[in-house]
Amino acid sequence: MKKCSRCSKPATLHITELREGVVDVLHLCESCAHEYLSNAQPEPAETATSSLSGKIKAANSDRDLEELDELTCPNCGIFFREFRSQGRLGCPHDYIAFRNELLPLLENIHGETQHTGKLPKRAPGGSRRQYRLIKLRSNLRDVVEQEDYEAAAQLRDEIQSLETELEDGTPDDT
Amino acid sequence: MDLDALTTTSGEWLRGTGPDSDIVVSSRIRLARNLAQFPFPSRADDSTRSEIESLLREKLDLVQLGTELIYVDVNTLETLDRQFLVERQLISREHADSHGSRGVGFGDQENVSLMVNEEDHLRIQVLRSGFSLNECWSEIDRIDDLIESHVTYAFSEELGYLTACPTNVGTGIRVSVMLHLPALVITKEIQKVFQALHKISLAVRGLYGEGSQAMGDFYQISNQVTLGKSEEQVITGLNDVVANIIAYERRVRDALVKENRSSLHDQVARAYGILKNAQTISSEETMHLLSSVRMGINLGLIDDLEIPTVNELFIHTQPAHLQKLRKEHLESSERNVARASYLRLRLTEHEPEQN
Repeated sequence: MKKCSRCSKPATLHITELREGVVDVLHLCESCAHEYLSNAQPEPAETATSSLSGKIKAANSDRDLEELDELTCPNCGIFFREFRSQGRLGCPHDYIAFRNELLPLLENIHGETQHTGKLPKRAPGGSRRQYRLIKLRSNLRDVVEQEDYEAAAQLRDEIQSLETELEDGTPDDT
Repeated sequence: MDLDALTTTSGEWLRGTGPDSDIVVSSRIRLARNLAQFPFPSRADDSTRSEIESLLREKLDLVQLGTELIYVDVNTLETLDRQFLVERQLISREHADSHGSRGVGFGDQENVSLMVNEEDHLRIQVLRSGFSLNECWSEIDRIDDLIESHVTYAFSEELGYLTACPTNVGTGIRVSVMLHLPALVITKEIQKVFQALHKISLAVRGLYGEGSQAMGDFYQISNQVTLGKSEEQVITGLNDVVANIIAYERRVRDALVKENRSSLHDQVARAYGILKNAQTISSEETMHLLSSVRMGINLGLIDDLEIPTVNELFIHTQPAHLQKLRKEHLESSERNVARASYLRLRLTEHEPEQN
């Protein structure tokens, strides 16, 4: 029976702590475990904020950061510095108001800055086709990687006909 | 709203009947959505938040989800009841602990839950027993469309569904699977799994999601990237990885049973013995022992107990559940006694096979 790592009583609880891909295993007796578990641990929300904050810091010099912090959204009035400290935006318009600052951040977090997923059913017509093109091209990349050339050929055909439709101005059949 | 009726039941997702349910406890998909014309909840003042909540509550009433929706005003709930909903996985801890107008609507099978005014205006969640992400997706996709026919979501063609936190923008999707991996923990190979997951941007968390320690060898794996991939791509990614982990855990379980059956059997039997006889027991120890027992059932080392019962015990021995079962507030040491008593009761009654 393992000994508790904090006192010399037998360890009855084995806690696996995982943070950022690093694993710690602790062997604790019941009372030390109780103490350990009831100590405030940083909430993931805080970790997300601090890493968001860190990412923004890393992308900008101190002087730029001062200027950036004064940027504000005309719709909800939030200051960029408030976003930096809370990790949350104020309203959907912020994505436009802070666009230049957010794009590199999104690139950092997601590796991409173009949405290729679901569209709300009531999105404007013309853009559905544009949007579908983006999705098809993304699928094409996938199947080529997987060397599924048959699927790739089909996708290429679809992309071709959509592009033609767009050029011709054919009305979208949503 | 009287939540007491829920105390003696458990969500359908705990039935333990889904695919691969020896290892996969549940699958979950969550979508983050916001209304186009309001600030996000953390920025909205009290009256705006109230307005958002009434509006969404009204719309949720209109939507024909196919299941009777129970709506609870989280803001006016007692702390104990909020904690109860967290334990039930119907709301997040954040939703319980925050302030201002907010609520949750959930179906009576507890497979679908819709949080209003959490970090985003609306968080839709669908749960299923076992490894069932594709079923979760078709269900939540349908619900999302139904709701969207009554409201206008904040959405941009470039960035997708707009969310309060940039970490959720795009698809707004969080796909997770809850796995029971006791063999990988025993052989310490779980570390390899963590490292591999970290490399492909998948997050791993302990039971009960955010902010908890990994207890009882349960791990929740979820995606972190939400922009630049389609929902189907995210789901396929997880399906593939989880299938590998399931195979790995099964291989290790088989090997353990072959090489070490008697010591494994002993561990499992002792765990079962303590659970059936202890006079006082902490929830941490309970989860640790229930995890051994659950593995024991899967390996055929325990034959008089069923997985759905074990799944239910994980939930019913949590602090708020115990207090609601007893209909009284209990201090920590009193809870430990109540917990032990409840376990003795549940584990020594002889239930018919059908249950």
